[in-house]
Amino acid sequence: MTTTTMTHDEAHHDHAPTGLKRWLFSTNHKDIGTLYLLFALTMLFLGGASAMVIRAELFLPGIQLVDPDLYNNLVTNHALLMIFGAVMPAAAGLANWMIPLMIGAPDMALPRMNNLSFWILPAAATMLILSFVVPFFPGGGTQINTGWTLYPPLSIKVGMSMDFLIFAIHLLGISSILASINIIVTLLNMRAPGMTLMKMPMFCWTWLVTAFLLILVVPVLAGGVTMLLFDRHFGTSFFDAAGGGDPVLFQHLFWFFGHPEVYILLLPSIGVLSHVIPTFARKPLFGYKSMVGAMLAVATIGMVVWAHHQYTIGMSLGAVTYFMVGTILISIPVGLMIFNFIATMWRGSMTFETPMLFAVGIVLMFTFGGLSGVMLAVVPADMQYHDSMFVVAHFHYVLMPGAVFGLFAGVFYWLPKWTGHMYDEKLAKIFFWTNVIGFNITFFPQHFLGLAGMPRRIVDYNAIFTEFNVLSSIGAMIFGLSHLLLLYIVIKTIRGGKKAKNRSWEGAKGLEWEVGSPPEFHTWTTAPQIK
Amino acid sequence: MRRSDQSAEARKRRTTWLLSLLALGMFGFGFALVPLYDLLCQVTGVQSVALRSNSEQGYAGSSAGEGASRVVTVKFDTSVHPELPWDFNAADISLKVRTGEIYEVDFLAHNRSNGQIIGQAIPSVVPWQATAFFSKLECFCFNRQVLEGGETTTMPLRFMVSSDLPREINSLTLSYSFMRLDSGQQDLPLKKDLQASNKTITL
Repeated sequence: MTTTTMTHDEAHHDHAPTGLKRWLFSTNHKDIGTLYLLFALTMLFLGGASAMVIRAELFLPGIQLVDPDLYNNLVTNHALLMIFGAVMPAAAGLANWMIPLMIGAPDMALPRMNNLSFWILPAAATMLILSFVVPFFPGGGTQINTGWTLYPPLSIKVGMSMDFLIFAIHLLGISSILASINIIVTLLNMRAPGMTLMKMPMFCWTWLVTAFLLILVVPVLAGGVTMLLFDRHFGTSFFDAAGGGDPVLFQHLFWFFGHPEVYILLLPSIGVLSHVIPTFARKPLFGYKSMVGAMLAVATIGMVVWAHHQYTIGMSLGAVTYFMVGTILISIPVGLMIFNFIATMWRGSMTFETPMLFAVGIVLMFTFGGLSGVMLAVVPADMQYHDSMFVVAHFHYVLMPGAVFGLFAGVFYWLPKWTGHMYDEKLAKIFFWTNVIGFNITFFPQHFLGLAGMPRRIVDYNAIFTEFNVLSSIGAMIFGLSHLLLLYIVIKTIRGGKKAKNRSWEGAKGLEWEVGSPPEFHTWTTAPQIK
Repeated sequence: MRRSDQSAEARKRRTTWLLSLLALGMFGFGFALVPLYDLLCQVTGVQSVALRSNSEQGYAGSSAGEGASRVVTVKFDTSVHPELPWDFNAADISLKVRTGEIYEVDFLAHNRSNGQIIGQAIPSVVPWQATAFFSKLECFCFNRQVLEGGETTTMPLRFMVSSDLPREINSLTLSYSFMRLDSGQQDLPLKKDLQASNKTITL
């Protein structure tokens, strides 16, 4: 891919509005991208704080810090803050920043809607936090002790904080649907002339698929929680067995959303990896077409295997067999992606700057999480592992490297582009190592805890599990505190540092490296011609 | 935005509307899943494991029994909870019955104590696979029984064994345990009896 035209519209540069108005009324994809990323960073710390309390409580057996209901509320909030508050907005932030730059478009297709889809988020986050805070006040009802899956009948019995949560989910859903529509319209209609779909950068491809997944599944979750709301207040019985409903139906609705959600979290990071690994291996991505195909396969199969989260509800043998085979089938295209990454690195001139360290870490650790995923997909094994700490270890190994490390890699990779300054490489490497080592100390022992029979989502545990839990909690403190270093590095880079070149990395390819570092307020006002 | 001409704007608008409709459609699909889920479970026979184990008995019965009448042996077994000072026996120890026909058997109960006592019989069938094919048309176990001190009573049982009984079952046992229903304050059982009663329960 080469660019022949590089003319910028110099006349209209940098008339950015200033002050609060710049951010509140912004229709600029770069500013909105920044807002998304800062919002995600805030939520990362809130979600992390709740995880720290959880691990502090599990440091020793017995109930020391929080009572069981509060513990389960923390578990609920940790999941929702991390998934809806941190990972999805961070991925949307990367999309907003990078997609127009990568495809040579002046902005997102629907800039005002872009503004709306971001500014719904702080409102949603407020509702989410209120759902946690309200039970502490007199008359505030009970804590949300259901976990993020919100299974009825328990979720019907919870106090008013559940209503806050349901509305928060509605708002978050609306926000991500609007963002997805925007991204798809941009990608389908605003590519630079000559950029066919199969010439589109991988990150754009992953977001195209992610956005379609979001539009397909988020409304179903919205429908599910709406039914929950009706059951709670308007006397319907969608999920109430006494009124002819079926609580298991909610589980189907939830996981119809919940399983594709896993790929929604994962795919943008796969997109980041498809840029980071070729850059630092100084080779083009191995198997671009097979990557696209594998991704489409993952998304398609991922839509129809949701019930592997519910093996224990008593499905027929035929149904569980189908869900088991479908789930194991996903490991083939995912394996293909991993092999493509390894083949890209094969005989490359590799250097290990921080984004590449995270990328290699992902290939290793995400594969590990995939392996325990295959174990969990097997029905008779899952009957044993279901709702144990093994599941906790599994999905943290998938989501932490798969989603979060991918976002970290993307942030370090594009931070020079965004800020115009190189980050402190030495500090960033210290951050990588403390983060990865802390992560592994936290979650690796949980595999053993789960296999030994420690259930998840319970405040107390048998004294025989003490040693591994102590280890896990110590790891969690290292892991959690290491993110303060991330915050420091990001602030330091924004404030100053070595000047970044337009092409910040030696091996970097793509349109985003043709614009300035930091890019002008309006870029690609004249579209580049792609050959 | 200089390069975006009229047709490009129209294309964008079209994509936006299509995607919005898709999102709305999926919201509707969520609600459509409520009847669809029931339909799927009932029509296509995607049954729960629990339902399946029940229906498998049915299949076994209908394929083997074919409705042909045959003779099987029904044995009667009685036991009394140690807390209940009653004697309880069947008039017949066993009965050869023709499937599909109605039979009547008497059971005798006698209250050994001086006061009024309420009891109830709990039935069970061995082997358990035969349970669904053994119908009690009238049974003293349907109601609680009240016996005055020293009273003896005859209690009838009318039953029928279905012709759909799986062929491999030729003999079945109907077992009754009589339990005390009132508090039993008047004559508390001895400690030894209590231990015995615990044993009975675990058995």
